[in-house]
Amino acid sequence: MPDPILRLSEVSLSFKGIKAINALSFAVARGEICALIGPNGAGKSSLLNILNGVYRADSGTVAFEGESFARIRPLAAAQRGIGRTFQHGALFGKLSVLDNVLAGLTRHSRTTLAEHAFGIFRDHAQTRDFRARAEETLGFLDLSSHRNSIVATLPYGLQKRVDLARALVGRPKLLLLDEPMAGMNRDEKRAMSRFIAQARQNLGITIVLIEHDIGVVMDLSDHVVVLDYGRKVGDGPPDAVRNDPAVIAAYLGTRH
Amino acid sequence: MPPIASAASAAFDTGPRRVRLPVLPGRAILPSVLAVAAFGAATAVASDYWLDAILIPFLIMALAGLGLNLTMGYAGQASLGTGAFMATGAYATYNLLLRLPEWPLPVSLVLGGLITGAVGLVVGLPSLRIKGFYLVAPTLAAQFLIEWALNQYPWFSNHTSSSAISAPRLAWLGHDLSSPQGRYAVTLTSVVLVTLTAWKLVRSQTGREWMAVRDMDTAAAVIGIPVGAAKLKAFFAGAAVCGIAGALWAFAYLGTVDARSFDLDRSFQVMFVIIIGGMGSLAGSFIGAAFIVFLPIALSQIASNLFGAAIDGGQLQNLQHVLFGGLIIALLIKEPDGLAALIARFGRRLARR
Repeated sequence: MPDPILRLSEVSLSFKGIKAINALSFAVARGEICALIGPNGAGKSSLLNILNGVYRADSGTVAFEGESFARIRPLAAAQRGIGRTFQHGALFGKLSVLDNVLAGLTRHSRTTLAEHAFGIFRDHAQTRDFRARAEETLGFLDLSSHRNSIVATLPYGLQKRVDLARALVGRPKLLLLDEPMAGMNRDEKRAMSRFIAQARQNLGITIVLIEHDIGVVMDLSDHVVVLDYGRKVGDGPPDAVRNDPAVIAAYLGTRH
Repeated sequence: MPPIASAASAAFDTGPRRVRLPVLPGRAILPSVLAVAAFGAATAVASDYWLDAILIPFLIMALAGLGLNLTMGYAGQASLGTGAFMATGAYATYNLLLRLPEWPLPVSLVLGGLITGAVGLVVGLPSLRIKGFYLVAPTLAAQFLIEWALNQYPWFSNHTSSSAISAPRLAWLGHDLSSPQGRYAVTLTSVVLVTLTAWKLVRSQTGREWMAVRDMDTAAAVIGIPVGAAKLKAFFAGAAVCGIAGALWAFAYLGTVDARSFDLDRSFQVMFVIIIGGMGSLAGSFIGAAFIVFLPIALSQIASNLFGAAIDGGQLQNLQHVLFGGLIIALLIKEPDGLAALIARFGRRLARR
């Protein structure tokens, strides 16, 4: 791969002796949409948690932008430009949509407590700049009319989009999406796929996503990695993976 | 927007479940100005008893509640160190006034607050490792330790033999502020300025970081919020406000500096202020303080009118405790966001009519 933004080598993780991820290696090219698929319990979410430092791999290394690390903390990952959405509501429920999105800009904040308290120096300029960036992202994800809604009161599909907005507004280099379309109907999935494709195209963000709907995966992604019991059983372009007998045996052939 | 997206958003829109923010800045300004004007007018009209026994303690309790609200209501870091922070503020300001008498009163008050903020930051250090309810334990330790230190080392009280030191007279720019009107003016001005600063703060990026940490700290770190720094900032800001409240309590209300008036009971009382008024609401601090200051007075009025001498003071105080306890349990179950949320909901219902 010519210019990988992310490269995993021999990464393993176990929980109480059970191997969640077993000597996993693959690379993600800059600017691609890479899908992680596999049955429940295959280690997909655990893998995302290693990538942004929520879990620590037992062995192996992860290289992001050519820099390898055995352990990265979530905050450091975010500050390096690894964004993330979550499978289940991890939004700030009591805050408005706008405040959730503004919170996603924290890594770009250059102002201090005193500037905030007294509204002095750079505070005004930054507030205006952040508001403009947040509005732009809200507009991009068609959320502008919901900006003042309290997040906990929104329907599930909208919350998923707010989660994406909160991650996108900080302009990450790499965006990890944990089942961004889970529980959505077909129209909602089409809309979400469109937003994800546009985020890659317009903003140049590399995306790694977990998705169960194989139709969506085949349409959206450039690269598919198939996991089963923590091992990699397939890795390549969607068409090649679709026809790989090992993949069919492990995943596509089974009913869900 | 692409047509697919618009169609999808129409599908998402499931009717009137959207809720507006309870306090909108534009709408909050007019009532605040009116409230300040009303309190200003009170200086001219109210009797000394009203200023001394009701309005001054009300404003100071509201300020202490506001301080705890920053730490606990906005940033979600439970603290029982409020009394200790108030004591630190009172002693710090006392020593500044005593040892640097040429410095003007407002400077000493603000510096006293900043010193308390620094102490609060140290007390907040365990919050980096301890979460939620368990954080009460180290703040409780700080409450006892600071109270003990202030009594143990006579330097803090300028080697006074009595444990209650009489406070220096309040004066600024040659004006004597020790009359009830003067002390009320000092209190009101301080409370208004601190409240405005706090209001700015909770609506800033710092305030958003606090609420993000409170609502979901793991997600906060993942999206790039420095969780530890946000917690320490919340302890600093909250303690600084409590410190100013403590200094006012000593100088503008009691007239003495006494660590015993900032014991654990005070910490609990301030916590009750924000539980009753509303955690995560600046207005809630004032509502809760009003409740806690006015209820005992109203209660004793009612009791003496209804039963005359049949109920003595001790019984009345017990009755008061029972009422507060019952109310706090009821609020925690029915309305965890306090009277402020209850009033906001009532207001919305009226507006809809």
